[in-house]
Amino acid sequence: MNTNEYLKIEHVCKTFGKGESRSEVLRDISLEVAKGEYLAIIGHSGCGKSTLLNIVAGLTEASSGYVFLEGREVHQPGPDRAVVFQNHSLLPWLTVYDNVKLAVDKVFGDKKTKAERHDWTLRNLELTHMTHAMKKRPGEISGGMKQRVGIARALAMSPKVLLLDEPFGALDALTRAHLQEEVMKIHAELGNTVLMITHDVDEAVLLSDRIVMMTNGPAAQIGEIHDVRLPRPRNRLELLGDSNYIAARGAVLEFLHRKSHYVEAA
Amino acid sequence: MHAAGVVLPPVIMLGLLGVAWQILCSSPDSTLPPPSKVLADTHELIMNPFYDNGGNDKGLFWHLLASLKRVALGYLLAAGAGVALGVLIGSSKWAMRALDPLFQVLRTIPPLAWLPLSLAAFRDGQPSAIFVIFITAIWPIIINTAVGVRNIPQDYRNVARVLRLNGGEFFTTIMLPAAAPYIFTGLRIGIGLSWLAIVAAEMLIGGVGIGFFIWDAWNSSLISDIILALAYVGVVGFFLDRLVALSGKLIGRGTVSI
Repeated sequence: MNTNEYLKIEHVCKTFGKGESRSEVLRDISLEVAKGEYLAIIGHSGCGKSTLLNIVAGLTEASSGYVFLEGREVHQPGPDRAVVFQNHSLLPWLTVYDNVKLAVDKVFGDKKTKAERHDWTLRNLELTHMTHAMKKRPGEISGGMKQRVGIARALAMSPKVLLLDEPFGALDALTRAHLQEEVMKIHAELGNTVLMITHDVDEAVLLSDRIVMMTNGPAAQIGEIHDVRLPRPRNRLELLGDSNYIAARGAVLEFLHRKSHYVEAA
Repeated sequence: MHAAGVVLPPVIMLGLLGVAWQILCSSPDSTLPPPSKVLADTHELIMNPFYDNGGNDKGLFWHLLASLKRVALGYLLAAGAGVALGVLIGSSKWAMRALDPLFQVLRTIPPLAWLPLSLAAFRDGQPSAIFVIFITAIWPIIINTAVGVRNIPQDYRNVARVLRLNGGEFFTTIMLPAAAPYIFTGLRIGIGLSWLAIVAAEMLIGGVGIGFFIWDAWNSSLISDIILALAYVGVVGFFLDRLVALSGKLIGRGTVSI
């Protein structure tokens, strides 16, 4: 198997509705993600990038086209493609620990002993620095902490691909920067393959190896793909003057503010 | 708030109402007794709630207990069947389309209208009264449970799908806790309606029970006994409501706010 084809999206189209109210959201999206790669998908809101993520997750069915993971077609959701939802989606009646444990028990119920599952739950809460609040309910912790737990829950599934759906979109700038650092550390440590939806240019450049830029909907397509040639580990302050950083940022901004419309018109 | 601030206002209000009642009913040609006469007349009943002279001549405790037993049985059956049916029409579009119109019509039938039919079917007062409680309490439980199940946020369903929870796991870990606030709203309305219906049903079926006691007191022109029984019915109804609310708090694990 070619390592470039770890996750492969092939000619995916998505149309919602029928007849008069038919609307084409995605048109012919093809994309390959290598193992361990951090890929960001950026585009204006409403361009269908979340729909694309949901198709990869299996939560939405593609109208045509295929998604392959390690050479096998996927069309149902599963813990091998864990999702960190934009609004965290923690179960409010379970504690932080139990939210993560639910995923661990379900995914590793027959592979790990009870003690191992407990340790694995704690290990993932440690990764996201949430052990101090593990007995609290989601309603008792801040938005940033909830998203950490959401990340811990997704990581605890040991997914082949981690899907992040605008994970920091609802957070204030400082909390967001903090969580971006954490995600970079975790990615460096575990080498996850990540697909992240974002509308934040700096976030995309800072975190990812490649940035996929989507044209405006309806019928969004992949406009450009930019390789971010920045060595890791990355430091947001040191990058500020880096020419590669400036180039990547410029390329994305240029696309979002100028070209996304032209491609649509073409 | 200060304890006195909670206790004092209702106590003062009760005192004022008692004085007003005393004044209004003190004239010799008043049809209803004043509170002083009620207390004097019912002194025996209040002090001896546990007497049992055989037949229907029992203390108020036994009447209330008989009524509570009927309500408990009818209500628990309604809670079980109501939650099950609510989950069914809440999760299946076709069950909803088939059953909802039927339920909307049936739920408007007054509880007592069912009594003659259930007497005809069961040929005995006891199961008939229990059936009336059942059929009274079940509708709000079904309807609220169904709304609760339909309103489970898509986010929670997505979590369940990513984790590949099976039907049983989804039911216990997501559906029941997510719908708990709605289910307990239905259960609270249901217990209130049950207690409303039991008094009326017992007036008709006779035997031991607080409803029969009130009807029997009316037939014997013991108006003070009726007033005492009404006070008891009100207090018991209040505690039944609190009991369901409390169990909602315990079982709902923080999701039910009452």
